[in-house]
Amino acid sequence: MSDEYDNNKSYQAQSSEVLDGSAGSINPDMDYVRPAEIPEQDLYHAHSFIQKWIFCQDAKVIGVQYFLTAVFTGIVGLILSWLMRLQLGFPELAGFMTAEHYYQFVTMHGMIMVVYFLTALFLGGFGNYLIPLMVGARDMVFPYVNMLSFWMFFVAVAVLMASFFVPGGPTGAGWTLYPPQTILEGTPGSGMGILLMLISLSLFVIGFTMGGLNYMITILQARTRGMTLMRMPLTVWGIFTATVLAMLAFPALLVSAIMMTLDKVLQTSFFMPTILKAGEVLEYGGGSPILFQHLFWFFGHPEVYIVALPAFGIVSDLISVHARKNIFGYRMMVWAIVGIGGLSFFVWAHHMYVSGMNPWFGFFFATTTLIIAVPTAMKVYNWILTLWRGNIRINTVMLWCLGFIVTFVNGGITGIFLGNVSVDVPLSDTYFVIAHFHMVMGIAPLMVIMGAVYHWFPLVAGKMLHEGLGKWHFWITFLGAYSIYFPMHYLGFIGVPRRYFEMYDSPYMTSAVGMNEFISIAAFIVGAAQFILVFNIIKTLKTGKKAEQNPWKANSLEWYTSTVPPEHGNFGERLPVVHRWPYDFSVPGAKDDFIPQTTAPSEVANTEVEKT
Amino acid sequence: MHVGIIFLLVIIGSILFHIFTPWYWTDIASNWGGMDSTITLTFWVGGGVFIAVCLFMIYCVFRYEHKEDRRAEYKPEDKKLEKILTWATTLGVAALLAPGLIIWNQYVNVPKNALEVDVMAWQWGWQYRLPGADGKLGTTQVRNIADNNPFGINPDDPFGKDDVMIESDVINLENNRPVKILLRSVDVLHNWYVPQFRSKMDAVPGTVTFYWFEPNKVGEYEVLCAEYCGVGHYAMRGGVEVQDKADYEVWLSEQETFEQLSARYEKLNVDGNKLAQK
Repeated sequence: MSDEYDNNKSYQAQSSEVLDGSAGSINPDMDYVRPAEIPEQDLYHAHSFIQKWIFCQDAKVIGVQYFLTAVFTGIVGLILSWLMRLQLGFPELAGFMTAEHYYQFVTMHGMIMVVYFLTALFLGGFGNYLIPLMVGARDMVFPYVNMLSFWMFFVAVAVLMASFFVPGGPTGAGWTLYPPQTILEGTPGSGMGILLMLISLSLFVIGFTMGGLNYMITILQARTRGMTLMRMPLTVWGIFTATVLAMLAFPALLVSAIMMTLDKVLQTSFFMPTILKAGEVLEYGGGSPILFQHLFWFFGHPEVYIVALPAFGIVSDLISVHARKNIFGYRMMVWAIVGIGGLSFFVWAHHMYVSGMNPWFGFFFATTTLIIAVPTAMKVYNWILTLWRGNIRINTVMLWCLGFIVTFVNGGITGIFLGNVSVDVPLSDTYFVIAHFHMVMGIAPLMVIMGAVYHWFPLVAGKMLHEGLGKWHFWITFLGAYSIYFPMHYLGFIGVPRRYFEMYDSPYMTSAVGMNEFISIAAFIVGAAQFILVFNIIKTLKTGKKAEQNPWKANSLEWYTSTVPPEHGNFGERLPVVHRWPYDFSVPGAKDDFIPQTTAPSEVANTEVEKT
Repeated sequence: MHVGIIFLLVIIGSILFHIFTPWYWTDIASNWGGMDSTITLTFWVGGGVFIAVCLFMIYCVFRYEHKEDRRAEYKPEDKKLEKILTWATTLGVAALLAPGLIIWNQYVNVPKNALEVDVMAWQWGWQYRLPGADGKLGTTQVRNIADNNPFGINPDDPFGKDDVMIESDVINLENNRPVKILLRSVDVLHNWYVPQFRSKMDAVPGTVTFYWFEPNKVGEYEVLCAEYCGVGHYAMRGGVEVQDKADYEVWLSEQETFEQLSARYEKLNVDGNKLAQK
């Protein structure tokens, strides 16, 4: 097959939505889109500093508030990971750290990164900022509830951080909080620490529900004229599906948090069987620890996709814009997102193959888990096929996307090991698992977050981040993170168990000492490299190059606001009208290599547009 | 240009790391070689896909770097290609799933001749119980646990009398004889894991869980707790000594039964009372 693309070839139309390519036959009606049935939204404009920047109802400000709060928790999580790596790599330097400290750091690092950092950042941060802009709405449909959502999240973070300062310290039960140890002596923070954790999680779920309702209803009800569901950017599809998952999954976390609180405070026995401790039988009996695991992972597995789906969506848009090519197989991409979302509710017990649940479940959950690999693989193919025959800008944003593809595929494939029930038996609870999930839901989504920051910063701040610093940031982060987690799989092959404060002198583990030192050093460097971005942002805000409108020549609506950065209300006097999908890049016959979503067919009459 | 080269080096580095790594499996000492083979199969299929995807990506980066005067191809969909890829992936995934399920089927079906071993876990230690001459373990209850009944055996259960008590964190096993590990815990979750045996399962308070393996290499092995169980988790070690039949039987004959242990305690009690009376 020739690599040269034939510009003169026109393709067969494929769906009823599609416009016939030949210039003469354009139907003039296509320029007309029926009016919205909902009247224009009345916005509450802020009158004071407090209303504008603190108790603000503008989704864009709320998005930035979510972003900054989440980043703050992320930095706390990062510092905790440094402390853990110090203990694992150089225990002689970590003399101040007891096993209690270590387990508290492990627990808080995990919970912070999964829930308070990644979830809040993708849905609260990017969701709030981008949804109204991308679907052509003036704001979220319930701005006041949206404001409450952020402040509830803020209180949840405050409660979580407070647990560092209570007697006994934060909980050290592991982020999975498996009972009975979570609420028994013998686990650090089993008093105040765990209570604050459970309260904080409950507040998070309540706050998140307020935000989630907004995201869903805004996307379903407040799209501008012409913005059909199948014209939405994949970012919106990803965030939308993730929100639906969150709405169904978080209640399981909430009830398990409430039940565990009752077990702790009122000595109920939801999760507590008869227990003998220090020679005495405790006042519990009849409860099931495995019930908690089912509830937790019924939340916990969709949670993985709550983080991953927005990342999938965002990275699709970034790749398409910077490869100057339409996303390959848009409909397949949409259905893959929806399909993965649906399937994610039927795979939870693959976290529990060796939990002691009925072993016959293993057959079912291994099968469902490996089925989910198919739509996931399709997404990967479509990303690289989008690059194929593209016109790829190798800039900072694209670098993060390429880094995402490498780390995501790597982590996805190790997922096939762990999902395949009997292969999981030797590997579960070892460092292989740690390497797998950090690669696939730590580093890969982080790559997307970073790409998204470099991509949308010009929109949010009106200035271009420094490319040179961005590239250094990328290469140190990518190469460093890869050299942390790629070798870590081999620790898992040896059989080194996770959550070990120290290894002592197990014969087959002494060889791992050198690797632990190497991984720790890489972790210190990667963590420190993140401050390049902080520096870049501060420098850019002070002296950076002003961004022109739509610097990346993208098609989606957020770049076509009345001002940059967009003001409250987003689009000036009139809402934009949408005539096409956001991926019309390099359309044969068009003057530029992009056609904005707002361009009517008659304005680009000579093009051979396939999909609108 | 240099971007593609660095990514290429990452991929080559990964392959070299795998070839030259000193960090790999411990020598297997049980019948679960099938798990290792399935890992190896998954590794080569998955690794092949990883390398292919990355090389294709790197090729695109080299070949289609941005040029002002060039345009990308415009081709929103390719149904045929998408269909081929979907089916190829489905087949590949099914090929990996099949051996996984077959081995799982073996893992959950314990051979009839397996020796039952009661592994009892607590924060933070292990002890073991073997069935006596009757070949059956007596039933237990957490509430029965006391100094003279460390396993909580129901005193009325006739099967419990001859159970062999091993109040040590090391257990001996007979080489080439399947073992059914019955796990229980008196407090929190634990997991009795010997990396060389490949197999593991959580011990869950309130219930008895199980798994089986057949040790096939004489030697001493370290037991690790593989489910986080509180602050002493990392120190919760034990041991297994796999012996030939003859050595094993000598060892077994030296162990105390529940009846003997009860008698010993009774004597202690009587002696203690006498002492107190004096």
